[in-house]
Amino acid sequence: MKQTLYDKLWDHHLVKQWKDGTALIYIDRHLLHEVTSPQAFAGLREENRLPRRPQANVATVDHAIPTTRSERSAGIVGIGDDDARLQVQTLDEYCHYFDIRQYGIQHAWQGIVHVIGPELGLTLPGMTVVCGDSHTTTHGAFSSLAHGIGTSEVEHVLATQCLVRKKMKNMQVVITGQLPKHVSAKDVVLALISQIGNAGGQGHAIEFAGNVVSELSIEGRMTLCNMAIEAGARVGLVAVDDRTVDYFHNRPFAPSGEYWHRAERYWRSLTSDTDAYFDKVYSMDVSEMEPQVSWGTSPDMVVPISGKIPDPQAQSDAGVRSAMEQALTYMDLVPGTSISDIALDRIFIGSCTNARIEDLRAAAAILKGKRIAKSLKQALVVPGSQQVKRQAEKEALDQIFIAAGMEWREPGCSMCLAMNADKLENGERCASTSNRNFEGRQGYGGRTHLVSPAMAAAAAVAGHFVDCRFIAPEVAH
Amino acid sequence: MEKFVCHCGIVAPVDQVDVNTDVIIPKQFLKSIYRTGYGENLFDSLRYLDEGVLGQGAKNRAINKEFPLNFPRYADASILLTQRNFGCGSSREHAVWALRDYGFRALIAPRFADIFASNCVKNGVLAVELPETTVKKLFEALYRQPNYQLTIDLQTCRITSDDGINIVFTMDPSIRERLLHGWDDIAVTLQEADAIHQFELQQQKKYPWLWSPLKGQSR
Repeated sequence: MKQTLYDKLWDHHLVKQWKDGTALIYIDRHLLHEVTSPQAFAGLREENRLPRRPQANVATVDHAIPTTRSERSAGIVGIGDDDARLQVQTLDEYCHYFDIRQYGIQHAWQGIVHVIGPELGLTLPGMTVVCGDSHTTTHGAFSSLAHGIGTSEVEHVLATQCLVRKKMKNMQVVITGQLPKHVSAKDVVLALISQIGNAGGQGHAIEFAGNVVSELSIEGRMTLCNMAIEAGARVGLVAVDDRTVDYFHNRPFAPSGEYWHRAERYWRSLTSDTDAYFDKVYSMDVSEMEPQVSWGTSPDMVVPISGKIPDPQAQSDAGVRSAMEQALTYMDLVPGTSISDIALDRIFIGSCTNARIEDLRAAAAILKGKRIAKSLKQALVVPGSQQVKRQAEKEALDQIFIAAGMEWREPGCSMCLAMNADKLENGERCASTSNRNFEGRQGYGGRTHLVSPAMAAAAAVAGHFVDCRFIAPEVAH
Repeated sequence: MEKFVCHCGIVAPVDQVDVNTDVIIPKQFLKSIYRTGYGENLFDSLRYLDEGVLGQGAKNRAINKEFPLNFPRYADASILLTQRNFGCGSSREHAVWALRDYGFRALIAPRFADIFASNCVKNGVLAVELPETTVKKLFEALYRQPNYQLTIDLQTCRITSDDGINIVFTMDPSIRERLLHGWDDIAVTLQEADAIHQFELQQQKKYPWLWSPLKGQSR
């Protein structure tokens, strides 16, 4: 029987399956953070339960912590926000109590949970990975079966090391062509979501395939899988290839010696069989693709940089039409406006979507030797982890950002979800490399436009949206 | 977990597609470390005209009188009727806690987002999916009559009303069982401890690197 990658990963973790299809799936790695775990730990304690396998769990802090040097240097007590401090403290206490490994606020390996998992080799090909965060899809980039879960499921995984699940359907997204220079994985996934819709992958595990995916770095594949959830898919996957195997060489928790060879042999089997059956297949060619910009309040409201704000009147579906109208009102935009005429107040480069070293390099390449527009109130660069931060500093990328007039911060989720002080004021407009443009996501009344790191950098220089290829170095010189 | 067997209640509308969990419960309320206390801030940015702050309470806040949940006739609503893709976005279970805390026991929509639907089951909230055309009819009935009530019986998988509505809905049998009995999911899974243990033994042989201890300093 021909199997898809998802079929294989599912079968390899099946503990038990009942007649109606409900199954117990074994979980190899559980990542935790301060916002969705306290209630789960409290539930365990109330029921006098213990984590089944403490070593399978790893925690870090990212969602609610501040990103300024001054607040971070004092550790937990330095967190000014009482509620955020209590969350971080609570996680710390529970990790201590239940003997769970934590990369705390001052640890050299702290970072956004989906950035540190792969970079430390805590998440590996062939693993099942869960986390109380919808962007857990990220880890599928190297063939780990990774699901976002709710807090009750966090508690369930802690107690049982299993998840109760029904198997999803298989969907394949085939991405072919020649990706133009400075057009990135972020642009590809934004364009994809605009085409298949924010529920286009619902009920499915999406496997990304095609020559463009093969040619993407693991970081780029992570960006792709990260946003599978914005197309409604709980799982995004890319098959293992040489790049995957190379990526995990010498990661702190990747296997070594004899185990490495055994692991590599297994990992290389993690691909869909030729002619495996997919319930749904979607193909796209990216050769003519431009950088993309979201204009509305759902990640499927996206147009190319040369495009204009669409007209809701052209929509036949009443639900879509009214959602578009509501989005335009919230975003304070009118149909027909050119995307490049949209002026910005803030720039955010960061998040689990785009805060890895490759993202920072792409932004720095645009910003080198330039200043951000005077009209901007703020431009933030928030690296995804302490390791990314150190690497960027080694490459002097931080100096490029600072010289351009941007702020270089400590790792965390920051303005992606505005749970800390990094947020938009009411009515402000932001070019953001994050994943969601929902109403209020980056701050009450704030207006988010999702873009790639290069596009955010270009917008920072211009003060409004501009095709990053027009100010990329090889064009400017 | 709270059981769901049969529920009769007033229906309130949120007539929008793609209502995401950021809208159901905005991020500033995710800083609570408890499972309760979210009801006052359900749909915060839609219900109020000012920006909500964690722990401030509903008093002295500017109410958005145009938002249906603020209409007196929906004050005691316990069934929410809404549009497709409700609960998309973030996995935050706080969204379901807020709906439950506010008083909703059941939700009806053409489609719910995956993670949100799982979170509902864990909290004894029934999420019923019906065809778009049926949902449209329910909206029309709801807009026609004040204090519109529905009875949702999970034993028979049937929705009925005084005005003659009689809809059969489908529900995943295992989810239905869990809701009808209000089972503690963890206790149910722990009954399979032997199977889990057997799986672990096999995995240790086959994929031993997955069982290498994590070394080095943490915290």
